[in-house]
Amino acid sequence: MTYKLIGKNFTPPDVVAKVTGEAKYAEDFRVEGMVFCRLLTSPMPHARVKSIDTSEALKMEGVVGVLLPEDVTPVPAPNAPILTMEPLYVGQPILAVAAVDETTAQDAIEKIKIDYEPLPFTVDPLQSLFPGGPNARSDGNVGAQGLELQTLKWTAADFAQAGESKLPLGKPAEEWAFGDLEAGFAKSKVVYDESFVTASNSHHSMEPRSALAYWQNGKCFVHGSTQSQSFVVPGLAQYIGIKPEELVYISEFCGGGFGSKGSAYPCMAIPALMAKKINKPVMMRISRAEEYYLGSARNGFQGRVKLGFGADGRLLAADLYIVQDGGCDNGFWDFRNAADALNIVYNPVAMRFRGVPVYTNTPSRTAQRGPGENQIACILEPLLDKAARDLKIDRLQIRRINSPNLQTKVGEDRRTITSAFLSEALVKGAARFKWDERKARSGQRKGSKVTGVGIGQAYHPAGFNGFDGLVRITPDGKLHIHTGVGNLGTFSHSGTARIAAEVLKCDWENCIVERGDTRKHLPWNIGQFGSNTSFTMARTNYVAAMDALTKMKEIAARDLGGKPDDYDVDGRKVFAKGNPGRSLTYAAVAQRAIELGGKYTGKELPEDINPMTRASATALAGSGLIGVAKDTLPVGGETPAFAAAFIEIELDVETGKHRIVDFLNVGDCGTVIHPMGLETQLKGGSVQGFGLACLEHIIIDPQNGLPGNVGLYQAKPPTYLDIPEQMHADWVDKPDPTSPMGTKGIGEPPMGAAASALLCAISDALGGYVFNRTPVKPDMIINAAAKRPMSHKPLQVNTQ
Amino acid sequence: MSRDMMPHFELYQPDTVENAIDLAKRIGEGAWIMAGGQDSLDWFKDRAKRPRAVIEITGIQGLSGIRETAEGLEIGALTTLTEIENSALVREKYSLLSTAAGRVASPQIRNIGTLGGNLCQDARCWYYRSGVNCYRAGGNSCYADTPQGLNREHCLFGASRCVAVSPSDMGTASVALDAQMVIRGPDGERVVPAEEFFIGPATDIRRMTVLKPAEILTAVRYPKTWAGAKFYFEKVADRNTWDFALVSVASALRLEGGTIREARVVCGGVECVPRRLKAVEQLLVGSPQSDEVGRLAGTTAVRGATTLNFNHFKVPLMENLVRRAIRDA
Repeated sequence: MTYKLIGKNFTPPDVVAKVTGEAKYAEDFRVEGMVFCRLLTSPMPHARVKSIDTSEALKMEGVVGVLLPEDVTPVPAPNAPILTMEPLYVGQPILAVAAVDETTAQDAIEKIKIDYEPLPFTVDPLQSLFPGGPNARSDGNVGAQGLELQTLKWTAADFAQAGESKLPLGKPAEEWAFGDLEAGFAKSKVVYDESFVTASNSHHSMEPRSALAYWQNGKCFVHGSTQSQSFVVPGLAQYIGIKPEELVYISEFCGGGFGSKGSAYPCMAIPALMAKKINKPVMMRISRAEEYYLGSARNGFQGRVKLGFGADGRLLAADLYIVQDGGCDNGFWDFRNAADALNIVYNPVAMRFRGVPVYTNTPSRTAQRGPGENQIACILEPLLDKAARDLKIDRLQIRRINSPNLQTKVGEDRRTITSAFLSEALVKGAARFKWDERKARSGQRKGSKVTGVGIGQAYHPAGFNGFDGLVRITPDGKLHIHTGVGNLGTFSHSGTARIAAEVLKCDWENCIVERGDTRKHLPWNIGQFGSNTSFTMARTNYVAAMDALTKMKEIAARDLGGKPDDYDVDGRKVFAKGNPGRSLTYAAVAQRAIELGGKYTGKELPEDINPMTRASATALAGSGLIGVAKDTLPVGGETPAFAAAFIEIELDVETGKHRIVDFLNVGDCGTVIHPMGLETQLKGGSVQGFGLACLEHIIIDPQNGLPGNVGLYQAKPPTYLDIPEQMHADWVDKPDPTSPMGTKGIGEPPMGAAASALLCAISDALGGYVFNRTPVKPDMIINAAAKRPMSHKPLQVNTQ
Repeated sequence: MSRDMMPHFELYQPDTVENAIDLAKRIGEGAWIMAGGQDSLDWFKDRAKRPRAVIEITGIQGLSGIRETAEGLEIGALTTLTEIENSALVREKYSLLSTAAGRVASPQIRNIGTLGGNLCQDARCWYYRSGVNCYRAGGNSCYADTPQGLNREHCLFGASRCVAVSPSDMGTASVALDAQMVIRGPDGERVVPAEEFFIGPATDIRRMTVLKPAEILTAVRYPKTWAGAKFYFEKVADRNTWDFALVSVASALRLEGGTIREARVVCGGVECVPRRLKAVEQLLVGSPQSDEVGRLAGTTAVRGATTLNFNHFKVPLMENLVRRAIRDA
């Protein structure tokens, strides 16, 4: 299929402002009379605030007010509160102080006297599951979204039977299974039972989650930093305690989120609530250090997986148990995603999943690029290599023999998938990377440096459905694509807008992407997270554009005669197919739509659209031809995206340091919308993956709950000198049948594929040593190479 | 947890060393002498150290620059690490120093950070930096040297209540080059060998150097005895830039006909001071420069190491780096 715009590079409309510094982020705005607020955060990992005395602070010159836990909208536990009288981690906000400047606010915070009653705390899920072990929360120790808060303890026998080096298999909070697991293991040629630990790591959003808020004429205005636009509105309105239509939300630019700013988050309501209390605009700038408390992190795992492979390398049985370190409140369900990933990427004949999400007195966790899928890739891919080695099968082949296909079913309810070209990605990558030649170099030693090669794979769901699209053609002939998606940095707001432009055959110069501000009248869209927009928003923009197209043809038929089907469009005119001279320009059609009124210009709207879309379309009514529709296109199952990465490294066994010699990441991303953007996703995700594999690891002190990484230099995301000078990216470019133009999201799997490929290469260079713990840092490699024991006990919690 | 919001302080920007010393003396305990600020500003922002007055010395003329003297090389304390890294003179005769300078932190920090600041920087133990009231902060406990302490970066040698390590790459190189530290203070000028400049917790747990209040490190002299010697510097850190050494090594060798005649071998990241390995040096003198000698040197280097829960990898790492410092020099 040849497209006019899809598959072609373009310059996103916001990119110049970003690279010149003209773009205004939340903290760049200034409002008359604005004051600043700072947060007083908990010094203890778990405590009850018995009293707060702000009198000395309020006497200080320049201090305007304080916002206390009693002043904020209550949030039902175990979701994260806005401010709290029972802090659950070191750094949790207890109150806020507003002052004429931040220094004064911080000085005032030091004058506030708080009486804390320390409560038992834990930073280790296994300690919490042990009989009599501490609960992170006074209302329980286990829970997650979709799983009721509860207290769960395993038995002493569970622990004793497992010993120190295996994960105890106590009572799970959730489980599912399909197939005959025992028969699978019985038929297996090799069976592995491995316990593992994966780390928590920070999101490192370059823009901390600052926010500005003020109230004007009955509305609350918030400038925030979120990945998403429309999706944030209901949640943020709820935190502020107002109706969604009373909120004006502006998030035109977002300096990175990686999952941590997908939805409204509690602290972004603080300036709004403070502004209401003191009747002044309030700016809350979050510092880099605070971003490490408030910005969430990836969930860590302590897990155990039993894998049985047939002689041909086929995965016959997989039994996965994950204990998730979920931080102190309801964050994200990485543990479930990890199971789906095992299911989809390796397509086991029989499988069981068991999981327990445990709360700890550590900062909140939330989704981070490939939440669950990427951690488990780091564990499973090296184990796949172990099986390949033991079964004497090529590492490419063992992946291909287990690759997902259209018959692959997911979970106990055996859900279907809509497309899967991971095997094609492997083949394409292997050919371009010359895998057969490279693998011959595996283990070659030059001085202290050993060559290692590896392949890594990862998966993430690539889209949702059921949201709304809204487009508008104005009497100047321009196509306005109203999109409620955010500006995470992938430019998918414009990439997916081009789906609508493609349907209407518009030149990109004649398109205007309306976004980033509720006053732009935006439709109800899902957030920009989970790499879904290239699918979800392709569908919404497609149905809205199709609605516009239908209306344009109807107007042409009405004015020029014939039936709507007699007409087509060329980007400027709607014309009669048999007589192209008989035509109306887009400008004229838009003008006619206004004159005709009714559905043509948004005065009559479909019944099934969301109230937010209805309000936006109503506000736009009469300004042009309105195309608006809910995505009710057929759904064929889950739409997965995959990536397969190939890597060659040199590992210095004397220093534990590696150098990436060559690297290729191949995406199964459906139809390519924007090649340059895709390449950036594949390579950028890879850089983050190298950090996940070998560098990043949040530290929480078990003695006092103190976080150890509160700066970029401590949290250690990869630098330019830690990644290869050149990385290569490629893609399969095969359409997904349930996406109107075949597009699907690819943001997350490249990270897991890169991370696991690197880990596989390190294991390869060490002769097959499997760490079962990430990140694999130089100290672990040195110990492995020197045949010394590891510092960590096998199941020592991920934050140590 | 107060973080990232600097409190007010008085700021003085003297234009001579004398004025700076006078100011520091007059202000007394609340005075803080600051050069590039790459260490100081973190402390201030975290409010973990709160000087009443900051004496910013970067405006003082004559404290920066690289000069060749009759005795060797003199580098002003305010010389930036970038200048040292890029100096043709340093690269030609004291490449150990330019190599070490090029491995400090990141290019941006090296553009601002000074030689003096790098040598005088405080311990990087993450507990101490968090602002906890540990021994080094004047309290009565150590959080790192405990059964549960997270002490991957901490020391193998010289623990004395505190187990922090020397974070200074320039310190490691300077000790290997027998540098002389020129210090000026209320009592005039004194010159201290680099090896004595750095002090461990047993000497004074609150300080990393012999600098007393109101004293300023003004210059470092590198004697010509080591000019043009065979050098080796390697720093192993998690990241290849903007990171502190897990272990580093600096060596200087003089050979005659394949036999080592003089040697200096120093490790960073293993003790609160740059650890000069005198036993290794003794072993080297009179030996050929070979892998076998390097191996023996490595084994010698780690003798007496005392490990903590998470840092025992430093033993083989130090062993390997010392071996490389001989073998690969």
